[in-house]
Amino acid sequence: MKVGVVVFPGSNCDHDAWYAVSQNLGQQAQFIWHDSSSLGDIGAVILPGGFSYGDYLRCGAIAKFSPVMQAVKRFAQDGGLVLGICNGFQVLTEAGLLPGALVRNATLKFVCKPVSVQVVTTDSPFTHQAVTRQRLRLPVAHGEGCYIADEATLDRLESEDRVVLRYHVNCNGSMRNIAGILNAGRNVMGMMPHPERAADPLVGNTDGLAILSSLVNAGITASKS
Amino acid sequence: MKITPDVIAAHQLTASEYDKILSLLGREPTITELGIFSVMWSEHCSYKSSRIHLKKLPTESRRVLQGPGENAGIIDIGDGIAIAFKIESHNHPSFIEPFQGAATGVGGILRDIFTMGARPIAVMDSIRFGRLDHPQTGERNQRILEGVVSGIAHYGNCFGVPTVGGECVFEESYDGNPLVNVFALGVFRHDEIFYGKASGVGNSVIYVGAKTGRDGIHGASMASAEFTEESKQKRPNVQVGDPFMEKLLLEACLEAMKTGAIVGIQDMGAAGLTSSTCEMGSRAGTGIEIDLQYVPQREHGMTPYEMMLSESQERMLLVAERGREEEVFTVFRKWGLDAVNIGVVTNDGMLRVKNHGEVFAEIPNRALADEAPKYNRPFTTPLRTAPLNGPDIHSRHLAADLKKLLASADLCSKKWIYEQYDYQVRTNTLAGPGSDAAIVRIKGTNTSVAMALDGNGRYCALDPREGTKLIVAECCRNLSTVGALPIATTNNLNFGNPERPEIMAQIVESIEGLAEACKFFEVPVTGGNVSLYNETLGTPIFPTPVVGIVGTLETAIPLGTDFKAAGSSIVVIGGLGNPDCHELGGTQYAKVIHDLMWGKPPALNMDYEKRVQATIRELVRARAVDSAHDVGEGGLAVALAECCFGPRNIGADVHFDSDLNPEILLFHEGPSRILVSTGDPQKVFAVASKNNVEAVAIGVTLEARVVIRNRNQLLIDSRVDELKDLWSHSLEHLLHNPVLVNTNV
Repeated sequence: MKVGVVVFPGSNCDHDAWYAVSQNLGQQAQFIWHDSSSLGDIGAVILPGGFSYGDYLRCGAIAKFSPVMQAVKRFAQDGGLVLGICNGFQVLTEAGLLPGALVRNATLKFVCKPVSVQVVTTDSPFTHQAVTRQRLRLPVAHGEGCYIADEATLDRLESEDRVVLRYHVNCNGSMRNIAGILNAGRNVMGMMPHPERAADPLVGNTDGLAILSSLVNAGITASKS
Repeated sequence: MKITPDVIAAHQLTASEYDKILSLLGREPTITELGIFSVMWSEHCSYKSSRIHLKKLPTESRRVLQGPGENAGIIDIGDGIAIAFKIESHNHPSFIEPFQGAATGVGGILRDIFTMGARPIAVMDSIRFGRLDHPQTGERNQRILEGVVSGIAHYGNCFGVPTVGGECVFEESYDGNPLVNVFALGVFRHDEIFYGKASGVGNSVIYVGAKTGRDGIHGASMASAEFTEESKQKRPNVQVGDPFMEKLLLEACLEAMKTGAIVGIQDMGAAGLTSSTCEMGSRAGTGIEIDLQYVPQREHGMTPYEMMLSESQERMLLVAERGREEEVFTVFRKWGLDAVNIGVVTNDGMLRVKNHGEVFAEIPNRALADEAPKYNRPFTTPLRTAPLNGPDIHSRHLAADLKKLLASADLCSKKWIYEQYDYQVRTNTLAGPGSDAAIVRIKGTNTSVAMALDGNGRYCALDPREGTKLIVAECCRNLSTVGALPIATTNNLNFGNPERPEIMAQIVESIEGLAEACKFFEVPVTGGNVSLYNETLGTPIFPTPVVGIVGTLETAIPLGTDFKAAGSSIVVIGGLGNPDCHELGGTQYAKVIHDLMWGKPPALNMDYEKRVQATIRELVRARAVDSAHDVGEGGLAVALAECCFGPRNIGADVHFDSDLNPEILLFHEGPSRILVSTGDPQKVFAVASKNNVEAVAIGVTLEARVVIRNRNQLLIDSRVDELKDLWSHSLEHLLHNPVLVNTNV
């Protein structure tokens, strides 16, 4: 099973995602340049963190027009696994693959620190190896991570069990403490915290593996079936 | 335009400097040429006041692959891997426009690193401001701090380099003249190193990156003058940074270097096109001819003068092998960047600047880069305003003093600052902000790089020579405390007006102290920056040399400074010290508790210091200690409290047996001391005694409280959580920052 890592101009956690998948999890990982119109032979794709196209206009607003995003949309429609981390989450909301939007942190400041999040549901390819209500300590690093959506959307996300991660202590003003959500098909997830930064014992935290190894194993299972 | 004495003066050239230009050219310069000379001969670019003294610095060791003179120094760290690193100041722009001033400071130093072929993997910042609580200027200082921090965050975070450490100091002397010194470090293989040389007559000179505009014209000469009322008019001289463009430039440059078609490359820093062309030509002994009509331009109607002096950001100049230009263009097209052939390398040693074929400047490259004036400016004894003798010290409210110190702007947690920086991107940060030294691993090897920045304006104001030696010792000690062997130094010398003999004396004494200490600790200087004229309306800053020292260690999970569990022995390696009252005058205790400064900086015995450092390195490598923390500003009591601020709420029960006055015992800042906790104190004593170093067991760790006694006298008894709370949130309170309401699940 191969994991694709999309590289937009301005992506800067692309290498970290690649390293976590290939070195920490021992799976194949491959970069996909933003002007590619196909994703190639992959079992899952990660949209990494960073500042795609400089975050000009709005975070993710330009990325959604890139050729690779058309390919990601088709991949997602066919049931492919898509994980958007940080800027990748922003891109997924801009592209309409996930509902809601990510706006400026309530503090109006960039925030980089480890936060505690709760795994709200394990009924997803991204969390099936975790335990419900498990606490994960994951780093955040964003200026625009405040998740917003209208009340009806928030209610639907909750009633359909599509809120995956919640902050224990809200670090950015997100509505209902939302840190990560799923699409209706449960094969696309966006999250603000960085699991790829918590995947190596040397950096003192491996909690992110709960997400990444879930993804990899789900990808392996899907590719066998 | 006619060159009159007024025009010459407006370019900050003296009459004798102008005469030198006349004799080098053998004719009157054009206005474009005058502009080019004025930036290349500015203090900022030419180091004309400091150069003869900088020669005293040690610059060689078996590890040094590149010393001063290039865009950055390069050090071999084994296994075919090298690191490039350097520090640079952006003091003046950061006062005029804090956000962009600091942001472009980060951009500039990052380009210095990747122009050599290295991928930047870490940034640190040393920043100094006026007091936040000053009745007249406090609010302005807060605004400058907020602007500088968000500027650094804006640029570094978007570029994708972690900001892993630094220092932040508040002192009245920086009121109206903040210091922003930015350090960057990159990594590469030996066969990936590039130099700023325009070799090979007939090769193409290629301009890449952002378009040229009118921004930043005369930035270098602005950075070489004192602040006056006029400076406020100079805001347009500050450049605007675009970190996204820089990120693209990084990736494109590193990729283009792999084609093998690039001969030399240099970033367009101060005086952009001017410095890059003449320095690259001068290093290679060649000439460069460019035609400005080909330069990508952001504005219409720019004159050759404006284009040559523009400091538009995110631009690089490279020389490519003739016939292989297309390989380079292809890479830059992929990244959506301009790359244009603007000229050719010649054999006549001249910088020839044309516009649409007409010659506007024709100057020997060497005249600009190497023939700049050098001054042996007169110096007397260093400026000093503090008295020798201090007050009688009998505060005896020691617990209250400790709390005041922990909550003081210099000593409190800098979390408010570093949480705005992405300190983890690239997932190499093993120890980040808050550590004695930052540790960044090199993926694919078993080696990590440790780095620290240190400065101390107070010590240097009392004695520039001894103060500078103390800074080098402290910085090396910070590295040793995390187990790293210090190997090389970069430095940023921030001083006032060198034309004043008592300021020049500070510069000379400080450089000589730096030379002595760097020789002794075997940390050669591979480059750096000198920032002079840091004065506002005639008041100079404290002499503030800042050193950045790097070291290497085997990759491992770091110990950290925090106590891990109750019941461990606490030992001070190096002993308690035996200072007199004079040596308390430069400490944080004198500053925070007495609002005074007097006496001398702490006494340093470099030989003893070196043995203390060898001791701690051996203990950390053998994992014979559970935590290690340098005793620095604030002294032993502050260091001890900081060891208690880990996640586990572990405190300390300390029992001294000392003749020292309690204030001195707790708060003196004598060097050569490291606080460790250990389950194996005998091992610590054995290693210390082998190195002929004193090691004093002072107590044991316990839960939740800090209790300190000397003989039968109780000095301090406080709760850890109370101290930690003060220390953690003090900066926010000083900034009146609204705290986000926490919602719990």
